[in-house]
Amino acid sequence: MGRKILLDKVHIPGISTFKVYRDNGGYTTAEKALKTMLPAEITEEVKKSGLRGRGGAGFPTGMKWSFLDTRSNNPRYLVCNADESEPGTFKDRYLIDNIPHLLIEGLIISSFALGANTTFIYVRGEFKPQIGILNRAIREAYENGFLGKNILGTTYSLDIYVQSGAGAYICGEETALLESLEGKRGNPRLKPPFPAVKGLYDCPTVVNNVETLATVVPIISMGGDEYAKIGVGRSTGTKLMSACGHIKNPGVYEIELGLSMEEFLYSNEYCGGIANDKKLKAVIPGGSSVPILPAHLVTLTAQNTSRSISYESLSDGGFQSGSMLGSGGFIVFDEDACIVRNTWNFSRFYHHESCGQCSPCREGTGWLEKVLHRIENGEGRMKDIDLLDSVAKKIEGNTICPLGDAAAWPVNSAIRHFRHEFEFHIEHPDIVKNIKHGSLEKYRTKNTKPRTKNTEITESL
Amino acid sequence: MALGYNIDHKLYQPEGKEVRFTDEVLEKVKKIIARYPEGRQKSALLPVLHIAQEELGGHLSVDVMNYVAQLLNIQPIEVYEVATFYTQYYLEKTGKYVIEVCRTGPCAMCGGEDIADYLERKLNIKTDETTADGLFTLRRVECLGACGYAPVMQINTEFYEFLTQEKIDQTIENLRARANEEKPKDSKWVEKFF
Amino acid sequence: MLKITIDGHSTEVEEGTTILQAARKIGGEIVPPAMCYYSKLKGSGGKCRTCLVKVSKGSEKDPRPMPKLVASCSTPVQDGMEVQNITSPEVLETRKAIVEFLLINHPLDCPVCDQAGECDLQDLSFEHGVDTSRFEEGKREFDQIDIGENIKLHMNRCILCYRCVYTVNQITDGRIHGVLYRGDASEISTFIQNAITNDFSGNVIDVCPVGALTDRSFRFKSRVWFTRPMDAHRDCPKCSGKVTLWMSANDIYRVTARKDEFNEVEEFICNECRFEKKNAEDWIIEGPRTITRTSIISVNHYQKLKQGSIINPVAKKIEKPSE
Repeated sequence: MGRKILLDKVHIPGISTFKVYRDNGGYTTAEKALKTMLPAEITEEVKKSGLRGRGGAGFPTGMKWSFLDTRSNNPRYLVCNADESEPGTFKDRYLIDNIPHLLIEGLIISSFALGANTTFIYVRGEFKPQIGILNRAIREAYENGFLGKNILGTTYSLDIYVQSGAGAYICGEETALLESLEGKRGNPRLKPPFPAVKGLYDCPTVVNNVETLATVVPIISMGGDEYAKIGVGRSTGTKLMSACGHIKNPGVYEIELGLSMEEFLYSNEYCGGIANDKKLKAVIPGGSSVPILPAHLVTLTAQNTSRSISYESLSDGGFQSGSMLGSGGFIVFDEDACIVRNTWNFSRFYHHESCGQCSPCREGTGWLEKVLHRIENGEGRMKDIDLLDSVAKKIEGNTICPLGDAAAWPVNSAIRHFRHEFEFHIEHPDIVKNIKHGSLEKYRTKNTKPRTKNTEITESL
Repeated sequence: MALGYNIDHKLYQPEGKEVRFTDEVLEKVKKIIARYPEGRQKSALLPVLHIAQEELGGHLSVDVMNYVAQLLNIQPIEVYEVATFYTQYYLEKTGKYVIEVCRTGPCAMCGGEDIADYLERKLNIKTDETTADGLFTLRRVECLGACGYAPVMQINTEFYEFLTQEKIDQTIENLRARANEEKPKDSKWVEKFF
Repeated sequence: MLKITIDGHSTEVEEGTTILQAARKIGGEIVPPAMCYYSKLKGSGGKCRTCLVKVSKGSEKDPRPMPKLVASCSTPVQDGMEVQNITSPEVLETRKAIVEFLLINHPLDCPVCDQAGECDLQDLSFEHGVDTSRFEEGKREFDQIDIGENIKLHMNRCILCYRCVYTVNQITDGRIHGVLYRGDASEISTFIQNAITNDFSGNVIDVCPVGALTDRSFRFKSRVWFTRPMDAHRDCPKCSGKVTLWMSANDIYRVTARKDEFNEVEEFICNECRFEKKNAEDWIIEGPRTITRTSIISVNHYQKLKQGSIINPVAKKIEKPSE
């Protein structure tokens, strides 16, 4: 049984309400921080904890905070990135659904540490139930004196607002998110200047993921050094993994970083193995953007050592034989899954979500999708495979924001590990045209755990 | 609203009446604008467009967008730019219930494509069309962020998870039965903005 | 002052200068091409990615190379920075790829395009493109529209540099056109049919690097290389009145702003000068305009000019390059 520090209380009925959360020790960390700590001390603890951004990039959070321009006379902002849109990732939604006050508490502590008096939670537009849940939690926090003017009798004041997106994956990129928050199209900004210097309204801004900010609560509660003992090496702490695809128990799991892939994938505590007792074909371990791992590289690295879930182990072998932890969106493919169709599917996604600002991404994502669509429909030619690889490589690294890389990596890695499937599609157009994909009957998971859902909140919506 | 220029666009259908929020909604809009620093009222654009879509006819007509521009004191083109960028703003008339079926990776692998096909047959419409009775619009959308509960769809604000044909039958039947009911006020998403 | 070396040429620039500006200061072959950056438009640049260069030494303080190619138009110079442009095969390879991306949805209709001969995309393709296309899919298509009586919008040719949007934002009051939709469906449009009537709106034609925004009064009248550019001015209450007239005999075919060697206008001009003054009597003609661009397309051939050479189409006909 792995250690849980974020989801340790989600089983308590009514934990999404202020009262139950408070009765179970909630907001004591915020009290401790505001009453007994200096902002710089909080940042120091976060630095010591070794916490890395949980949104996908894995940048050390404490370092990001220390970049904040404190010499400027402008107000500072903290923005919580709840624009969770990476295919395969649904951990932030789970956290908000089940224990919204943990996020609010994390926001209070973090805002205090950064000297921000206004904080926005940017939630993707589709998450309307979650917007309701957050607004209710914020209202409760105001009513109980944890938000507003002079919190807990201190001189510190904080307002938190929920801002809704409206359907754009790109707004998960921090500068696109800020543009969107300013009421504009979600076009990522050129960097430098970084948001820490010129962010929201040209003021110093920190943008952090939901899970990252929630994790600040246990870090301050137990101390950065103690937190750093959890996990392995530079991958400290726990991570929420959202598991989906062809597995027996899809859902969100909190794991201690360093847990073996073998255990996560096959133990009944987590994914429970492949659905319908099929064989494993591949895993995308960190959300649709990261390279796909074929079955033989899932539980073992190329050096035949055990692969575990940590930033380092998952990227062991570089892109040749490794992948990335990313946002922790764990997508599993069984032996019947079609890699070509899935690659086309993801390419269509990136084509649809490209903002269109810079030319390699705007033109390249559409090109990839069109060629993949042809191959998938039995109209491909052998030279198309190299064309795809070449186009993807020309997008990678040449765009304003990482969406270009995200569109390129799945294509490159699928060709690297599953070239034979592409060749099969091209050689046997008659067969591939008649394959029935992703059929509902075939893939209905027979023993799905019922989803834990906070019925009280959902009904009140 | 007097525009002073020639309007000729496939999406333009004059409302034929004055477009305006009720005083109550207007109050809320003002509260939202007050969240942002002086001169940054454009920040309210995304939330206000959501409200406008819900309160003023289910989609964003040109008149509605011009009204929002006027409220926020920005150029109409700034509203058009934003409204066309984000997929949740509907520029054309929609049915009372907008069914959005997820078609991205994990959902597609677990039967999402079947679900959308089934809905097309069941409602006798193609994707992006609205049923003749004006009740349902069917859309296929990209990742809804509920991959572990695949296949999923969203109808207006609600999510429907682990879909099967039977669940869809039941859902559609329920919605049809409730079609004539006035929407209870507190079920409106706008209410949940605060 | 900060020292920067680009392809072996060094110069000193003030803090805040970008790599591209420093390169333009050095001049010649090492200047990266720019399709979206426009020095007169605040916030422009970074989008087309044709100006990507390799930073082989970050600065004196932190000599590590930058991990990715950077957009020279928006990357500020650091003291001691070393940059590779045309000396880096990686940069040239990438530039070739960018040209390919810019052309896959471009209609390649230069034979019927009024911009041909003074088109930045045409120049870029000649210098960095290849003569075949690997793109076999359908191209995206838009209808041509008139934005008012003076300007034609040919969206198929647009490369979405955003220059026209920045222009109306910064030199006119009240923008009515913008970028709609997203991804490769993005388009420059007014959304509902609308005319750009502002006094300075015609400048969008001059800043457009391709044939997407063209002068309706010049449409199909002549190829640019058949008209003679003449510097002229008039006493204009709205703008400086300093223009280039494009003439044939005594007829004025069109009026544009004067452009520098990087194809940027020297001063924005008003619509009255641009569209309404088409009689030679309206102007005081100063003499032939010297075109100092780095390249020019003339009748049936393309010539890349040596550094510092000057073309004066009137005084001296360009010699055909020896085969």
